[in-house]
Amino acid sequence: MAFQAPVATDRCNTGISTGKLAIWILLASEIVIFGGLVAVYLLLRLHEGAAWGAEAAHTNVVAGAINTFILLTSSFFIVLAHQAAEQDDRKKAVKFMYLTLLCALGFLVVKAYEYTYEISHGYTWFRSNFWGFYYTATFIHASHVIAGGIAIFIAAQGVKVGYHMNRVEVCGIYWHFVDLVWIFLFPLLYIAK
Amino acid sequence: MTTIAATHDGGDHASHHEETFVSKYIFPTDHKRIAMQYLMTGLVMFAVGGFMAYVFRMQLAYPGASVPLFGEVDAATYNALITNHATIMIFWVAMPMLIAAFGNYLIPLMIGADDMVFPRLNRLSYQIFFISTIILMVAWLVPGGAFGGSWTSYPPLSSRGEFNGTPIGAPMWVLAVALEIVAFLLGGINFMATTMNSRAPGMKMMDIPIVVWFINIAVLLFMFSVGPLVAGAVLLLLDQTVGTSFYVPTGGGDPVIFQHLFWFFGHPEVYVILIPELGIVAEIITTFARKKIFGYRIIIWTMIVTGILSLVVWAHHQFIAGIDPRMAVIFSITTIMISIPLALIYMLLIATLYGGSIEFKVPMLWAMGMMTEFLVGGLTGIYLGSSAIDIYMHDNTFVMAHFHYTLMPVVFFGGWAGITFWFPKFFGRMLNETLGKIHFWGSTISFNFIFIPLFFLGMSGQQRKIFDYSAFPDINTAAHQDLRVFATTAFLVFIAFQFVFVFNFFKSMMSGPVAGNNPWNSNTLDWQCPSPPPHGNFAELPTVYRGPYEYSVPGRESDFWPQNEPA
Amino acid sequence: MGIDLFPPIASSYAGDIDGLFWLVTYLMGFSLFVTWIAMFYLMFRFKKKEGVKAKYILATGNLKWVILPLLLFVAFDGFVDLNTASVWASIKQKFPAAQDNVRVVARQWDWTFIHSGPDGKLDTADDIESDGELHLKKDTVVYFDLQSQDVIHSFSIPVFRLKQDVIPGRAITSWAKPIMTGSWDLQCTEMCGVNHALMAAKVIVHEEADYNQWVSEQ
Repeated sequence: MAFQAPVATDRCNTGISTGKLAIWILLASEIVIFGGLVAVYLLLRLHEGAAWGAEAAHTNVVAGAINTFILLTSSFFIVLAHQAAEQDDRKKAVKFMYLTLLCALGFLVVKAYEYTYEISHGYTWFRSNFWGFYYTATFIHASHVIAGGIAIFIAAQGVKVGYHMNRVEVCGIYWHFVDLVWIFLFPLLYIAK
Repeated sequence: MTTIAATHDGGDHASHHEETFVSKYIFPTDHKRIAMQYLMTGLVMFAVGGFMAYVFRMQLAYPGASVPLFGEVDAATYNALITNHATIMIFWVAMPMLIAAFGNYLIPLMIGADDMVFPRLNRLSYQIFFISTIILMVAWLVPGGAFGGSWTSYPPLSSRGEFNGTPIGAPMWVLAVALEIVAFLLGGINFMATTMNSRAPGMKMMDIPIVVWFINIAVLLFMFSVGPLVAGAVLLLLDQTVGTSFYVPTGGGDPVIFQHLFWFFGHPEVYVILIPELGIVAEIITTFARKKIFGYRIIIWTMIVTGILSLVVWAHHQFIAGIDPRMAVIFSITTIMISIPLALIYMLLIATLYGGSIEFKVPMLWAMGMMTEFLVGGLTGIYLGSSAIDIYMHDNTFVMAHFHYTLMPVVFFGGWAGITFWFPKFFGRMLNETLGKIHFWGSTISFNFIFIPLFFLGMSGQQRKIFDYSAFPDINTAAHQDLRVFATTAFLVFIAFQFVFVFNFFKSMMSGPVAGNNPWNSNTLDWQCPSPPPHGNFAELPTVYRGPYEYSVPGRESDFWPQNEPA
Repeated sequence: MGIDLFPPIASSYAGDIDGLFWLVTYLMGFSLFVTWIAMFYLMFRFKKKEGVKAKYILATGNLKWVILPLLLFVAFDGFVDLNTASVWASIKQKFPAAQDNVRVVARQWDWTFIHSGPDGKLDTADDIESDGELHLKKDTVVYFDLQSQDVIHSFSIPVFRLKQDVIPGRAITSWAKPIMTGSWDLQCTEMCGVNHALMAAKVIVHEEADYNQWVSEQ
């Protein structure tokens, strides 16, 4: 038995689609959460001083840079997917959504490589507060990448048959946020040493 | 068309399938059912939290004696009881009742919609909330027992099992609270998106009833203030389980950071609880005084300002916590100043009474009782907002009396104002007025006798969170103990009166007089549909022609004018 | 009621804090009663009467009834703020010159006090360590060097109106000048674990001669 959406879902007093409103509200709460995390990072770093920098020297800048490039590319792909969806070109939209997912996968592979290398060389989660941060922030970020990836995959199945094309834009907005968080994390974890 | 799992609340529709008990009550998507789930869970948890208070107050009145229905209370148990009492009352009673239950029930009805915009997300919110409840309670059964480090859970005490003695209970407590927060963040998305986009044709922003405005302001405030705490709680959980040292000085961490994260949320949280309740009280005052709210727009703008201001007062909980003394001066000023917009709202609500035609039905008694008692709480806050006075009062019983004089009027008086007002809508029957009055007066009088002694105990130097005062002879005289016994006795009387309500609630639900659509002759759309509303709420979705407070309009015979009545 | 409203005023600044408390009591007590009177008056005056309809009143044009009381309340708040800032500064910001030092070591679940001893200096051989008893000399400004060995505690002496959280990883200084002799409770006022309620101590204020005798007996 299919779920019947209420009439309320079809209304649009503000002129902005409900899905878009909802994702922006979600992102607002996520921004405050990640903002809080970054604030704690900065406060702890100031508190610890030089010791922090010594620990931070051991992250892999090249891997981080590659991941930054991958995520930026993935954001580009989802924009192209949205463009295609607007033109009702389902095949193209799905293609670009799958390319976004490929990038996400690439990101996770690089991250897995980094984690393996770092853990095997003794840079564990509880070694120091820098590493505590590094794993916490990147793990939470990665889980958002995975969640976003799953959402894009599910939306793509609908887009294939022309169902709920507006979901591409909503996924895109979320995906840009995930990208943006990484743009903040990259300098804090890889460059500021 | 993609098919998602079949859980459709059939209600009035001609269903193709059987509605099982499970799909109707365990996994509903109808906002009214979900609201009732939140309300019932909130009421059950109110009894649980209240029972905890009974146990620890008995320990305080008769130290060392075995408490009837519980047993002996040792120090660890006492600490776990006070910790969980506070946590439950705030997160599992106040928020579910005032925000989730009333928000879920009223928002679609009052804006003339048939449900929330994301019914399945709504269901998921409750399910996450339910799981959080289970985790919180199961912590009592694990080795080491439930967390007893106070609801504020300051590290390093809360970070390490060797400090707090509850190595499993502590992370479970943090996880439960974190999940509760997630449930409410998801719920908030539904509330705001629905209110913004799904209003009935003709309902402009300034035609939205004040309680819907206030619930949305509260939810927005919640969202902005809780983010840093979610981050902080994740770090605390890691300290507790993985062995990181974000808040542990021996590992390079700083415990005061957690305090800032906690209180940055903790203070706005009390406004998150207060604001919806003031909305409920406003709806009741206007209905029972038969008068337009005095300054509806001013009240809304002032409340938004109050919400924003509440984000810059948090460190009044940390005046002597080791923060820079200059920072304390700034927070002392902001804290005392926040009383001003609230005072304005208060005065506007009181002014609404002028020229009214007031009927003191039970909901109005609760509303005016709240307004009367909350003043004591609010004004005693000025003592505590003064950083210098707070040197003496921090962690003192005076603080407890202050916040019970704010939280109880808000949650208990306000909650019961809402329950007695909307009971006819929920269940289609009227509560018994006489029993309601007995419940009100018995609760109100005994409530005061519980907490007035606590002001005086505090002034004499008694500190909080102590399971037995025998190590502190200055505050353990016979006279002190008499006051503790008096407060506990008053609390037992208070508990006794709650059974009057329980009886009234169930009896009226089953055999009270039939309510009809609009027993209070109210203007808002929730009263312009059957009681209880069917699935879909309105046989025909309404159109709105005016604001919600056109009471006693000159020249009209009827003293009310529903929003959807054509001109 | 049987108990004193406040404990004895045993430090130089205790009276200032009590004075501030009474100021707030007068201003806010006045606000409370005036508001109650107004509210109850309106509730009874405008009770429903047969045949009398409620009025239809707009806020515009009638706000002076609300703004004027509000401005009075703002003035009250401002006055409380000014007095608070002044008392707070004199206690937490501007310390008078130290005449003696005591180190206070807090841990789960007791207090250790390290007095400076006959030479008046801490961290010397003649320091006097005491578990649970803080000995002070009347009319002497004493600085407390507060340290915690584990979790957050809070150093509280009600008769002095003194309170300061003790944070592990930091050394925080607090001060008091006792003005009365006697022996009173010393509390921990921050939840610090299962035996928080047992973390009591005693503060004993001596006259100078008596204090010197105590020192010589250690």
